[in-house]
Amino acid sequence: MRYMMLVYSTEGPDGLPAEEAARIYAGHKQVMDEATQKGVLVGAEPLAPTSTATTVRVQEGKALVTDGPFAETKEHLAGYYIMNCENLDEAIEWAAKIPTVCQGGAGCIEIRPMRWQSPRAEPESIARDAVSLNG
Amino acid sequence: MAEIRSVADSVFRQESGRIIASLIRISGSFDRAEEAMQESFVSALASWPVKGIPENPAAWIMTTAHRKLIDAARRDRTRRDKQDSLKYEMDLAALTPEGELEDPAMEFPDDRLRLIFTCCHPALNVDAQIALTLRTLGGLSTPEIAKAFLLPEPTLAQRLVRAKRKIQEANIPYEVPPQERLPERLAAVRAVIYLIFNEGYVASSGTELVRNDLCAEALRLGRVLCELLPQEAENTGLLALMLVQHSRRNARLVNGELITLEEQDRARWDQDLISEGLRMVERALTKGPVGSYQLQAAIAALHVEAPTPPETDWPQIAALYEKLWKMNPSPVIGLNYSVAIAMSGAIEEGLKRIDNLGRSGGLDGYYLFHAARADLLRRLNRNAEAAAAYQRALALTSNVVEQNFLKRRLSEIEARAGV
Repeated sequence: MRYMMLVYSTEGPDGLPAEEAARIYAGHKQVMDEATQKGVLVGAEPLAPTSTATTVRVQEGKALVTDGPFAETKEHLAGYYIMNCENLDEAIEWAAKIPTVCQGGAGCIEIRPMRWQSPRAEPESIARDAVSLNG
Repeated sequence: MAEIRSVADSVFRQESGRIIASLIRISGSFDRAEEAMQESFVSALASWPVKGIPENPAAWIMTTAHRKLIDAARRDRTRRDKQDSLKYEMDLAALTPEGELEDPAMEFPDDRLRLIFTCCHPALNVDAQIALTLRTLGGLSTPEIAKAFLLPEPTLAQRLVRAKRKIQEANIPYEVPPQERLPERLAAVRAVIYLIFNEGYVASSGTELVRNDLCAEALRLGRVLCELLPQEAENTGLLALMLVQHSRRNARLVNGELITLEEQDRARWDQDLISEGLRMVERALTKGPVGSYQLQAAIAALHVEAPTPPETDWPQIAALYEKLWKMNPSPVIGLNYSVAIAMSGAIEEGLKRIDNLGRSGGLDGYYLFHAARADLLRRLNRNAEAAAAYQRALALTSNVVEQNFLKRRLSEIEARAGV
């Protein structure tokens, strides 16, 4: 079953000291290598900092654009993994390996099963699901 | 017919946990399993009066439910992806050979351990864990659970639907956790059972202090857990603790008034539960390693072993609390440890410890903290301070029975102080 692991971490104002950045990079590399080797990894990517985020909300047909992420929280969405796991327990095990500690904050991983279990859905099922998502 | 209904009821009461646990494994769905089991009980009430009560009624229900699952899968085949459900149907049939289905004395495997671990999975919130455990393993109906927790039925029903949906959609496994995860997962299971017991033992609100049905259900679940994993000392410890506490149920409340341990009529304690509880404490402690439920059970045992309150072995109780405190230095355990020290004879020392705990914070909103302080002040004849502490405790509990107890104490103090 495919799960997305959303990585939430504390974000520093001026990026990370080189040493911490190297440690985090190495941590992610280790998880990705292991997950690739076991055939579990579907995808993973880091995001640029929230200072680059733009939020768009359509109100009365007009796009209302604001600077910044949709919610002001201490921990921000820093990246994601998608993994193919047997069940939630296996997903939890992988999630526990993903580094989240950053700038002294502990961070966390949110695990969400993917709505579609096969990566490419047919157009009509996308439309059907989109309707139920909004409803 | 009355006899048949009572047999069916008792099969349901005794065996529905085992039946549903197996049906969930076979069907991979809580909903399909529940539906098949319910339909089988309906079939039983139609068939048994004609064909007689089967030799093994639980196996009959299980076999019938299994057939219903296969029938449902066949009906589904026309609607769903043909290949998928054909495979599902074949898997279902393969799980129990026809010959076995015909065997009236068939023993079906015990899947309750998988069920209890799935119900108490940490990915479900605790309220959902409790509701699901009572519903599936305990066989309680949704209205029964709603009533026990003083919740509107739709709230409880929705909680169950959400939990089952999460199990399905997030694919929470239906398995006994691997050895390395077992200790923490088992601790979660025990916590759920003890929460059910405590909700019955000290109802958090309402006009009744004790809801014996919930206590009895928790005891039953505790027994099941001991039966399934007998080598775990803490399982036995939990059962022992609940047995000993429950043995005092008839003495804790007289005419709707809460009676403290010290003032309880010890003749009203349930000796059968006490002796079973004491046996369990001993069995747990010899198994080891020692855990917090065993220590709490040993403390409860020392209380019930004393023929009169002054004969209580308080120094031993204080020693056990010290061990408990070292294992888990929580303020509540610290409070009980301090009370045990006070009751061992060092009232002032105990009070000093309680006041220290109070200064480190976290207990000011806890009514038992103020009630315990008040009690020690009362014993020291510091009546004005005691009265103030009782007032504070009174403001912090919403249970009417506990409020009445505190009011009674308060008026005694006021009479004594001539206020």
